[in-house]
Formats: sequence, structure tokens, C-alpha cells
Amino acid sequence: MDKSVGRQPENENEILLRIYETAEKIRYSDERLRTMLMSGQVRFNYYSVRGQEIIPSATALWLSSEDYVITTYRGLHDQIAKGVPLDVLFAEYMGKATGACKGKGGPMHVTHAASGLLVTTGIVGGGLPIANGVALAAKLRNEDRVTVVNFGDGASNIGAFHEALNLAAVWELPVVFLCQNNLYGEHTAVELSMAIPSISERALAYGMPGVTVDGNDPLAMHTAAGTAISRARDGSGPTLLEARTFRFFGHSFGDDDAYMPGEQKARAMADDPVPKLRTRLVADGGIGHERVEQLEECIRAEVDDALAFALASDYPEPTELAADVYA
Amino acid sequence: MSTPELTGDVSPQQNFATAINMALDEALAEDPAVIVFGEDVADPQGGGVTKCTQGLSTKYGPRVRSTPISEQAIVGAAVGAAIVGMRPVAEIMLMNFMAVAMDQIVNHAAKLRFMSGGQTGVPLTIRTMAGVVGGNGAQHSDMVEAWFAHSPGLKVVVPSRPDDAKGLLLSCIFDDDPCIFVETLSLYFGTKGSVGESGQRIPIGRARILKSGTDLTVVGYGKPIVEALSVAERLEREEGCSIEVIDLRTVSPWDEGVVLDSVGRSKRAVLVHEAVQRFGVGAEVAARIHEELFGELEAPVARVGSAFTPVPYAPTLEAAYVAGTPGIEAAIRNTLG
Repeated sequence: MDKSVGRQPENENEILLRIYETAEKIRYSDERLRTMLMSGQVRFNYYSVRGQEIIPSATALWLSSEDYVITTYRGLHDQIAKGVPLDVLFAEYMGKATGACKGKGGPMHVTHAASGLLVTTGIVGGGLPIANGVALAAKLRNEDRVTVVNFGDGASNIGAFHEALNLAAVWELPVVFLCQNNLYGEHTAVELSMAIPSISERALAYGMPGVTVDGNDPLAMHTAAGTAISRARDGSGPTLLEARTFRFFGHSFGDDDAYMPGEQKARAMADDPVPKLRTRLVADGGIGHERVEQLEECIRAEVDDALAFALASDYPEPTELAADVYA
Repeated sequence: MSTPELTGDVSPQQNFATAINMALDEALAEDPAVIVFGEDVADPQGGGVTKCTQGLSTKYGPRVRSTPISEQAIVGAAVGAAIVGMRPVAEIMLMNFMAVAMDQIVNHAAKLRFMSGGQTGVPLTIRTMAGVVGGNGAQHSDMVEAWFAHSPGLKVVVPSRPDDAKGLLLSCIFDDDPCIFVETLSLYFGTKGSVGESGQRIPIGRARILKSGTDLTVVGYGKPIVEALSVAERLEREEGCSIEVIDLRTVSPWDEGVVLDSVGRSKRAVLVHEAVQRFGVGAEVAARIHEELFGELEAPVARVGSAFTPVPYAPTLEAAYVAGTPGIEAAIRNTLG
């Protein structure tokens, strides 16, 4: 990963191209995983990230492998954008010994410390208090590291969210609280779970900036993430950044999403941010069709190779069970 | 070994609370990765409600900090700092408040090493006070160490003496796993003792034989093991009973070797703890003794814990809740037969 953090591509089109590269890698990975799950080729709990690709893809341009990301069980996009190698990532999803966590964590508990993807938690809201500790360590050691913690709209209603934001503000920690508001917490629409129109309003209660951005708009997301991350990096403290988006395939793979109005879903899918970005690049962006196709070919090969590696890998030996419980 | 053997004789006599303070001070001085935080722990807020952290924020600055009353945030911050290499010591004032932070303790601190395949260890220590002390009632007195002993990945330590408190706290802080360090409130300002030389650590997982004996083994920790020692000394003095008294000191992992060796010789065992008896640590220890020594026992293993009720308020009820010296003595006599 580029260590020259903050030095963004000068050309807007180059920024968009880099966002597209990551977003398309996420989109294609998600599509392949869902196909394999559907066919029964693999079996695991999967929380599709389709529709939310732009958020981490745009954010990642501001982060290096020295920075930290914490995410949730709906985390494939955050994991890929942070640079977790795809082979060990997919192997972990499939529970293989070659996985990032030796097959002991699974899709809901991915860690790849070398990439700075520190924690994937299966507990709604569980990552926020941990992000504070990671950021406190960086602050006390005078390290130039920012922590971005991702969570959903649902997590903003759990106590840990409020405790964590308050402490981060009091201690002026280098954290970005990145709420990916996909409009549903499990099966319940966000407006049935909170009585205010936007999650970012909650920042006011803790004394930090609260910003709402269209998470599916690549440049807007890039700018908003840059502002929040720069603020954390220069010692000005935390930001609550609400990126509005939509998940295309319900809460977990296989749910019938009958609780989502069909029209709402159809509208969101018609406005699919990844092909939309591609069209923008080719049509208005002056990026050649050929260059985009070449990029996509590389992405497909990388993802397919990584999946083949994961499929061919073995499960851990039963003797592995007792390892890593204690040091 | 009829009386507690206090290690070393170089420092002035310390009580439990000052021993804790000394351990924290030594750890902070030894390693810049050690940080301390919790409610009211910094000096402007009093240096801790029992003064265990007094002087430390003045000496170590931002490495010792008071927090809002936010147990999830406190333990979560400790987890986060630990996975990137710090050695945080978080204080959760009273053990009942651990319930507020259970997600961070059980789902994260205990499991992040395993779930990450060993990439992220969680070398944190949570200090917490517990135990019946006279009128604190149901939500400020519980001993709930069994909750944590039942969670793979955690270590649980319950010292009963100043020297063990200091040496074990140092071991917990420098251990690479998450440790729950339980401080018995009723022992804080009691018996003083020498706490040994600076930096002296006592290994986690090793029991201490407080008194040797041949007729029966009492195994336990915390306040009841102190009471059991008095009972055993009196019965020996007055009636010639030879009772071995073992302070586990560490509840998880507990010292099976020392316990099974002792009960293998004495053939009789009584287990004591202040936590409610049902589903307690005593049940686990009793089960292991039965599994290993069933055919050799002269009597069923006896357990002595508190009544299966919330901790009551009124002094008469509180006295009825804990087994205390009479309950321990009755179990010993009954098991001796």
C-alpha cells in the first residue's frame, strides 16, 4: 500500500479510477462468493456488502498499512480495501488452515494485522470501544496512525457507541467513527429504530464534528473521509462520519428481504454505484475503455486465483484447536 | 509451616492496598507500555476510591488517567491498546460493574488471540474489588470469578495476602493473556506483611500451601481461605487435627498438581470460597478431585460457599449469607467424620 498518506492523485479521474479498482474488486469478490454459496460449493455465514463498495474504496486512499481499520461481520469490503491479501482472506472465509487466522476466526472474525485490519467483530457495536484503545496507544507513543472503525446504523443505538464516542472526544483520540448507514439494522428500517433523521446528529452530544455524506458518491465520500482522517491525523480528535448507502441483498445471505419495500430496493439497484462509476470513468472521465477493461481483467484473475487457492487449501488439523487460547 | 511464611524481609510491612499501589508503580516504572486507567484513578480525583492508584498520575502523567463512568469504554480501550502492544491495567471499581462490560471481556478480550489465529494477543489486566464487607448490599458485593473462569482465554487471580497481591499483580500485568485480578475488599486494610523485593513476581497458576497437614485438605482462595487457616490452626492446637490449607491464589488456571497431591495424601477435602456455592469454582475443583481420586477418598468432597441468594443488606442477613468461620469449621468436622 502507498505509504505516502494524504498525497492524493492530482487528477480527479485518477482518484476515481483508484476508487473503481477497489470497488470493482469488492463487487466481483462478493458476486463470486454469493455464486459459490448458492451452488453449495462453499458454506459460511455471509453478510453481503454489495451496494456499499464505494465507502471503504474512497476512504482507503487516505490510509496506509500503518493505519488501523476495525470492522464488523459485514466486512468484506473493508477488509479488501484495507489491503488484506485475497488468498488468505478467502481461505479464512472458508475456514482453511491457510486463512489469515488459520481458519479459527471465520468471516465474522477476520484479523490481518500486517495490513492493519485489526479486528472484525461479530458483535454489533463491539468495535467502537476497541478503536479508542488502539488510538490511545498511537497517541501515547506519538505515532502517526489513524484508526477508522466501521459499523452500521444499528450499532449507533447500542450503549457501546455512546460510551466510545464520549471517551474519544474527552481524550481527543485519532479515531474516525465511520457509520455505514445502509438503512436497515438486521430487518428493521432505520426510521423505526431512531427518532432523529440522521445518525451524524449524535456527534453534537459528544462534542465532535458529525457529517453525513452520500457514501455511494465516490468524490463526496473521498472528500469527507479525507477531512475526517486528516483531522484525526493532525491531532484535532475524532469525527462521526455517516455514509449513507444501501445493501442489495438483505441482512444475511439467504434472507428473503420481504421487510424491504421492493420499490426501494429496485431503485437502489438501478443506481448501483459500481457500474455507475465505471460509466462515469469511461464516458466522462477520459479514462480509456481499454484501460478499464484491462484493469477488470486483472481484478478477475486476482480474485479467481485467490478463490482457487482457498478452495484447494486444507482445513486445519484438529490438534490446532488447543492452540492460541492462551499465549 | 504452621503460620503463613512471608517471603523476604526487606521492605516495611504493607497492607493489601499499598501492595497493589507498589505493584502498579513498579510496573509503570519498568515498562512504558504499561498504562493505567479507570474511574477516579488519577490524583485530582483522589487516586482511586481505595487509594490504590494514589500518586501514580502525578508520577507518570498521561499514562495514568481517570475515565468517565463507562465500563464498556474502559475495557474496550484496554482491549484496543493491548492488541497493539500496550499492557493496560484497567480498573473496574467493583466486580458487579464487570457485568456492564461483559461483551468486551468475554467476546473480545478472551477471544481475540484465538479468533485471530494468534496474531493479536490481549495482554491486559482488569483490577476489580469484590466481596462482602458490611452493608454494601446486592449490587456492590458479588464475587463472580466463576463467570470468568468459565471463559476460555481469560486468567483469573484472587490473592488473599499483600505479598501475593503484589507479586501476582506484577505477573498479570506482564502476562501475555488477559487477566482478571480480583481484590477482596474486606482484606484491603487487614493483615500487613512484607511484600518482598522490588519487581518480585509470583507465578500465575501456582497455589500456596499456607499450612501443611495430613488429615484433611482445605482448598480455597480469598477471605474464606484466611478464615480456614485460623480454624485449622485452632483445631490443631486444641484437638490435634492436622489440616493442610491451600490457597489457590489463581482460580484459572488452578494448580491441580498441588491440590491432587495433597488430597491424595489426606484423602479428605473441603473447598471454600465466598462466591455462592452453586455452580461455583468449588464444583469444578470437587469434580476434578472425584475424577482423579474417587477410589481413595475417605469422605465425599465438601463445598463451602455463600447462600444462593443475592448479597443481602441487613447485618443479620449478611451474616447468614456467608458461610464464615462457623460454616468452614462445620464442614471440616463433618468431613473428618
